[in-house]
Amino acid sequence: MMQEVVPVVDGGVQGADVDPALLRELVAHLRQDRTPLREEWTRRITEAQLLSVMTPDEIFSEVTAVYDNYVDALETGSVEALEAYARNLSERIIPRGVETHEVLGVVLLLRDVLARSLFEKYQDDFGLMNRVLDAYEPAANRIAVTVGVSFVQERERVIRQQQLAIRELSTPVLKVRDQLLILPIIGALDTGRARQLTEQLLTGIRESRAKVVVIDITGVPAIDMAVANHLVQAVRASGLMGARVIITGLSADIAQTLVNLRVDLSMMQSVGDLQGGIEEAERQLSYAVTRTGDVSREPEA
Amino acid sequence: MPVSILKQREYLIASIQSALTDTEVLELRDALLAEVAKHRARGVIVDVAALDVIDSFVSRSLSTVARTNRLRGAKTVVVGIRPDVAVAMSQFGLRLDAVHTALDLEAGLELLDS
Amino acid sequence: MHIASDADTVVARQKGREAALLIGLSRTEATFVATAISEIARNITIHAGHGEVVIREVTEDGRRGMVVVARDEGPGIRDVAAVLRQEYSSDAGLGIGLWGARRLMDEIEVSSAPGMGTTVTMKKWRGIDEVGLLLHE
Repeated sequence: MMQEVVPVVDGGVQGADVDPALLRELVAHLRQDRTPLREEWTRRITEAQLLSVMTPDEIFSEVTAVYDNYVDALETGSVEALEAYARNLSERIIPRGVETHEVLGVVLLLRDVLARSLFEKYQDDFGLMNRVLDAYEPAANRIAVTVGVSFVQERERVIRQQQLAIRELSTPVLKVRDQLLILPIIGALDTGRARQLTEQLLTGIRESRAKVVVIDITGVPAIDMAVANHLVQAVRASGLMGARVIITGLSADIAQTLVNLRVDLSMMQSVGDLQGGIEEAERQLSYAVTRTGDVSREPEA
Repeated sequence: MPVSILKQREYLIASIQSALTDTEVLELRDALLAEVAKHRARGVIVDVAALDVIDSFVSRSLSTVARTNRLRGAKTVVVGIRPDVAVAMSQFGLRLDAVHTALDLEAGLELLDS
Repeated sequence: MHIASDADTVVARQKGREAALLIGLSRTEATFVATAISEIARNITIHAGHGEVVIREVTEDGRRGMVVVARDEGPGIRDVAAVLRQEYSSDAGLGIGLWGARRLMDEIEVSSAPGMGTTVTMKKWRGIDEVGLLLHE
């Protein structure tokens, strides 16, 4: 159906070669037949069982708003108001479970309803009809894309937020004692989660002034190159912030993978299990404390 | 140069106040090398918390200071690297040769004392 | 932005950071961009004397991101591929900047020839989203 895909940001809905007089006529027709066309659109939406979570009244009131914004966009050539309305609408209907295919279906139905009414109006003058459709089609396509994209972007924003929340819950940064953090990673790691983890880890280091971090990956089933690199990156970045990292729970499989992928492991200290890792961390920390104690017993210079 | 260098006990503490141009980075490098020699400092702390970018030039200059100091028996500790800067440095692959790192001034002094 | 001194480089990377944040990149990604600009702008002042850095927002295949173009009319690079390939070494000259920029940005394109100047085009995308996929279904 969509013949052209256009960037959303480039503004106008009117192509350069659209006849302004035709467009005016088109807009006048859509204003004049506003009531029957809105009703027809609503009927087709219900018939196609789209927006089934909304009541008929709700559908009709949203349809009216979108219709008016749609005609305004045709007239002014600016999709901004429509885009803003579409975002606002999306924000309201996404939590109620409206799906992408429904929104696209609704927009395409409007396109169809309007095109049919143009056919009917101009059926006696084939040449004029063709010119009107030439003016209408590209504009309608852009409007459809604008509404569809606004919805998808809004939905994507919501999904991202939820993912973020889930990730934060799924990997706690635990402060075991002063200067020691533990980061037990459970479940599959992807690049997004690995990135999030790095940020949490570094923030944690700064907040709790950690000197040693134990990252336990016993619960990680597999690691690919991208994730391995993120892990190395997290270890290096921790080092730059003054914290040493001990990795525990590295399974034979993952170790083999890392070696095969030629991941640079020289930065990582690896200890068999979490218990051993914590003991090693304690050893390093108490060593530092003892040494500090020795020095402080000396008279100040 | 938006950097102050203070002497505290046998240590030098350089605090960078704002973003540095390459010229200022070189001035800082030379000033540190001269001050360490003059005061026979045992340790140098460079506080980079004000730097929102640490690129290859800054890294190389810090490493030069640290390597020279090491030959003179002084430790160099870089403190205050911001989390986003630390990630960018490791993604870049920048290394700070001969440099010790610590979270902040306090942790840096602790490290020199140990 | 005209680049003719190391002070211009500082301004360029600050502008780059601001633009990145405006477009919706994370703080860490904005630092990646600022660091890459720092390297590329330094290459201009050292090897060509002066040039320019242009920062723009881009939308491509439904993705949003930013593009940084650095242009100069300096001596140019004989073998771009070799420069981008080279392994890290702390005393590498021109190469280290491009090499780092390649790791920090999502895409980098270098067009250059001896005597013809150098143009570096680098892009950083906001996380890949569903929109791009939808429009290409």
